[in-house]
Amino acid sequence: MSGNGKDMRTPLGRVAGLGSAHSGTGHFWWQRLTAVANVPLTIAFVVILVSLFGRNQAAAQQILGTPVVAIIMLLFIASITYHMRLGMQVVIEDYVHGEIIRPLLIMANTFFTIAVGLAAGYGILKLSFGV
Amino acid sequence: MADTRARERPLSPHIQIYRWPLPMMMSITHRVTGIGLYFGTILIAWWLIAVASGPGGYSRFTAFINTWVGRLILFGYTWALIHHMLGGIRHLIWDTGHGFEQSEREWLALATIVGSVTLTLLLWIIGYFFIGGAR
Repeated sequence: MSGNGKDMRTPLGRVAGLGSAHSGTGHFWWQRLTAVANVPLTIAFVVILVSLFGRNQAAAQQILGTPVVAIIMLLFIASITYHMRLGMQVVIEDYVHGEIIRPLLIMANTFFTIAVGLAAGYGILKLSFGV
Repeated sequence: MADTRARERPLSPHIQIYRWPLPMMMSITHRVTGIGLYFGTILIAWWLIAVASGPGGYSRFTAFINTWVGRLILFGYTWALIHHMLGGIRHLIWDTGHGFEQSEREWLALATIVGSVTLTLLLWIIGYFFIGGAR
């Protein structure tokens, strides 16, 4: 491949291997990696959710503040927020084509996912340290 | 002279006319549930902060979630979560290069919707009638 005289790519482009989008397979890979992580974490989250049905605040804090539960919740929040940032980016890229609005929405997507992820993570840490 | 009359060509049926194939519906549903779950994380963050902020904050959250609108949102969120997870597993199966035959695609699409509805109802029956609910 590299010895082919017809290859129009520069040596730098060949070494970087990022293709025409200049971002390589990073988006695809992280989307799949977080998707795989989300499966056991979502099952765990649903079990935690059901175990908290109808409990009062003290009981909910007691259960959520257990180290294992709190750590599972933190991993769940981290994985789903990163996954949903990638997913929403694809949705924006598919449907929004305005030169200004598109990059603004992609920025807003990152702002929202970081903010909601931090808010949820803050909640878990605060209730855990309060146990 | 060449015949310039428009020939009778088959027309592509409009989206409202033809029967939607189930895999197509599940593809759209996967994206729609993903968007729903995206905004549903606000509810998770509110819930966790409410638990952390003590009985007062938690009662404001439960007051909302115990209205019929709140219950409907929570029910929809749990279904969307399970549906998106099963749809995601379907995509991971496709990533391995399997499940692309006509019958397999139909079967996977059917398993996604039947599985998500069954699991969601089961989850709510267990959670509502056997663990908590109106307490």
